Amino acid sequence: MTVRTDLRADATAALVASRSLPPGGGWIMPARADALRRLRAMGVPQKRDEYWRFTDPGSLVAPLPLPAEPMAPEDGEAFEGLEALRVVFTDGVFDPAASDDLALAGVEIDRLAAVAEADGHWAQDLFGVLEREGQMPVPRPLAALNTAFAPDGILIRVTGDPGRPIHIVQRHVAAASDAMLHHVVRVEPGARLTLLTSGPAAARLNKVIEVDVAEGGVFHHVRMQGRDHGRRAATHLFARVAARADFRSFTLTFNGALTRNEAIVTLAGDEARAHVAGASVGDGEFHHDDTVFVTHAAEACESRQVFKKVLRHGAVGVFQGKILVRPGAQKTDGYQLSQALLLDERSQFLAKPELEIYADDVKCSHGSTAGALDPDALFYLRSRGVTEAEAKNLLTLAFLREALDEIADERLAEDLSRRLEAWLRRRS
Amino acid sequence: MAALDTIDSLDVREGVDEATVATVASLGSYKYGWNTEIETDFAPMGLDEEIVRLISRKNGEPAWMTEWRLAAFARWQRMEHPDWAMLKIPPIDFQQQYYYARPKSMETRPKSLDEVDPKLLETYKKLGIPLREQEILAGVEGAGRKVAVDAVFDSVSVGTTFREELARAGVIFCSISEAIREHPELVRKYLGSVVPPSDNFYATLNSAVFSDGSFVYVPPGVRCPMELSTYFRINAENTGQFERTLIIADKGSYVSYLEGCTAPKRDTAQLHAAVVEIVAEEDAEVKYSTVQNWYPGDAEGRGGILNFVTKRADCRGDRSKVMWTQVETGSAITWKYPSCILRGDDSQGEFYSIAITNNRQQADTGTKMIHLGKRTRSRIVSKGISAGEAQNTYRGLVSMHPKAAGSRNYTQCDSLLIGDRCGAHTVPYIEVRNTSSKVEHEATTSKVNEDQLFYCRSRGMTEEEAVALVVNGFCREVLQVLPMEFMVEAQSLVAISLEGSVG
Repeated sequence: MTVRTDLRADATAALVASRSLPPGGGWIMPARADALRRLRAMGVPQKRDEYWRFTDPGSLVAPLPLPAEPMAPEDGEAFEGLEALRVVFTDGVFDPAASDDLALAGVEIDRLAAVAEADGHWAQDLFGVLEREGQMPVPRPLAALNTAFAPDGILIRVTGDPGRPIHIVQRHVAAASDAMLHHVVRVEPGARLTLLTSGPAAARLNKVIEVDVAEGGVFHHVRMQGRDHGRRAATHLFARVAARADFRSFTLTFNGALTRNEAIVTLAGDEARAHVAGASVGDGEFHHDDTVFVTHAAEACESRQVFKKVLRHGAVGVFQGKILVRPGAQKTDGYQLSQALLLDERSQFLAKPELEIYADDVKCSHGSTAGALDPDALFYLRSRGVTEAEAKNLLTLAFLREALDEIADERLAEDLSRRLEAWLRRRS
Repeated sequence: MAALDTIDSLDVREGVDEATVATVASLGSYKYGWNTEIETDFAPMGLDEEIVRLISRKNGEPAWMTEWRLAAFARWQRMEHPDWAMLKIPPIDFQQQYYYARPKSMETRPKSLDEVDPKLLETYKKLGIPLREQEILAGVEGAGRKVAVDAVFDSVSVGTTFREELARAGVIFCSISEAIREHPELVRKYLGSVVPPSDNFYATLNSAVFSDGSFVYVPPGVRCPMELSTYFRINAENTGQFERTLIIADKGSYVSYLEGCTAPKRDTAQLHAAVVEIVAEEDAEVKYSTVQNWYPGDAEGRGGILNFVTKRADCRGDRSKVMWTQVETGSAITWKYPSCILRGDDSQGEFYSIAITNNRQQADTGTKMIHLGKRTRSRIVSKGISAGEAQNTYRGLVSMHPKAAGSRNYTQCDSLLIGDRCGAHTVPYIEVRNTSSKVEHEATTSKVNEDQLFYCRSRGMTEEEAVALVVNGFCREVLQVLPMEFMVEAQSLVAISLEGSVG
């Protein structure tokens, strides 16, 4: 045991020594110092940690990133042609020339780096706060690392209905880039926002989004990750959902050497709703980990998790999902589905779908399956004159569709569906 | 429920059958909580090398066995207590236990059951386990089916019934201490080959200090002519029971094995750390059924058995099959994962479990199905029921190795919650490393169905009877696969275990 503790302490010290606290006095300083203390106390994740049993965190905590060659998007950037306010980060650095003017009716938008020196800011009550609360009962050291060192990000406060989404575009240009971004979103009572994020961001990305949805608020998040083959990412999405509020998050992932997406959602007010979903397709060197932790802390809330993975040529898909129902969170409706389609002998699906329930008037279920394409369905399509490759693609798309259906906005769902189709065609 | 203590004086209405009266009467409380006043020899309290040697000496073991134990003990001293289960385990002082307790009358080994202290025989009779063969034959119970019993009392085996009849079929059924003396070649070949002494904290402890247990060898092609069973009774205070069971089913053989356990009510927790190893060779089939009814502690969580058990079957041969069935109602803490290593091609593993926790009981139980051979199949059906302030966790692993092509798993784990202060948890691990295998896992958690309860109540059932009936229905899939001997007992146990959980 001592040996392992030392390894963790050494790795933590090496990582901390390789960074310096970003500039910023004012309100942000104590939050960053606190996060650094948290990180030191927890230590960086190690391969033998239970929470990392399926994913090796080594390359995410090393002082330097492994290089990754940037790739030009094959079908243009995601959500192109969609009317949205674009905020562009290139290798984690804000790109004012490529970004739109940060002004939108019903929304206040600031850059973290721009207001960090200020005396006070509305984000003060949230920055690092949801992350800190999300450290229990499972520590998430990479998120604390982010709070301490992320130099920039976007702070969004929504008071009305802006009518169009905010789109954070993350471009990857330099092969050895190491990006850290920290976004904070506050949706005021009754307000609504759709947040889009897209792009591989950097050779290595560590991203945290903290989202606070107030009573009756609506927050929809649609993310497209990829598609650089070599990139590595660890992202955390912390959400607090108040009474009757609606939270949705969907992620589509193409490739990437390593992706760890954590979603930590707390249903804090009665009748709140949270849907977290994802579809990922991996080919070759691809390790994709969805780790979801949903806490029901109020009555009559609904949560759904739907994750689908298509894996081939040695790709690895991981799902760790948990529904925690706290004492008194009666009338809970919790659902969780994780499925993998393994298209060849070398691919792997590793899952740990958990339920932890301390209230009796609940309806919770989870299902998890792994297997190959249904030979009967394949035969049926072939007998109708569909080529084998096309039949496989059709069935694969149908398999992923259930996850895409979790996206509330049909236009976005269609856009992603088209990309999936094109990706499958190119690779068959 | 206090009124039920005076059940003898109750007027029984006409038309109510005796079985119902008996079931209701037994609802009172833990009915095996009495203890047998008997002179007992203890080894000195605590654990060191000398105690390990002493146990080995008492069992008249050869040197290789003593060395085996000492190596396990040396390893155990370097190990840390496991903390990964969802259990609040009270600190256990391993030096405040007796590791060997033997009724004085067993000092010279009785040659037959006729020589066994009548007090001991009486104990088993009271538990409903008659050890005299003529009594079993005379009784109508089991409709003439014979069950051979190995009765273990604290640290020693009291006797094994029907040995001669079994020997005629070539089946060896005796205590493990006897097997070490009489059949060293078999024991040496198989002991520790499924659960190695280094396996885990409690298996290692068991390897060092196990005192007795059962040994079964079924030769090739033999279908064991009767069910075999072990009945474990902890009687002495502050005494841990560490039994070791080894079952070997040779090629093409079949055996069904039953295990029962009880202990007296005591205010202090008692330790039980057992190891069960099963080896199934080609085409062999083993059924292992347990009704675990150790003393669960009182309503405030005082006393009870701390039950840490390692059970594992190695389906070595092609087309071999092992089925675990367990009804876990007792123990303050249950930590138990009967597993199957599906090594042979086309081998099969099954796990059926009912785990009921009430009051302050905690259970963290489930199974592991390790698919190594081609076209191996496994099925897991787990029913967890949680009441009072109890915590009940299903923990399981289904692993499909790259070479286990064409394999199949189906898992269903359902949890039922009764009352708002208990917890029900599911922690499955699923690892699929090939594409031709299919794994399906489903889990649900819900409360007792109000409509069903209302229906039963409207038919004149008390609330407790209604809950017992609904819960029995919830467990049906598992109850159905239990051997007949256990089915009736298990159904009434379900009712008993939930006593006091409603109203």
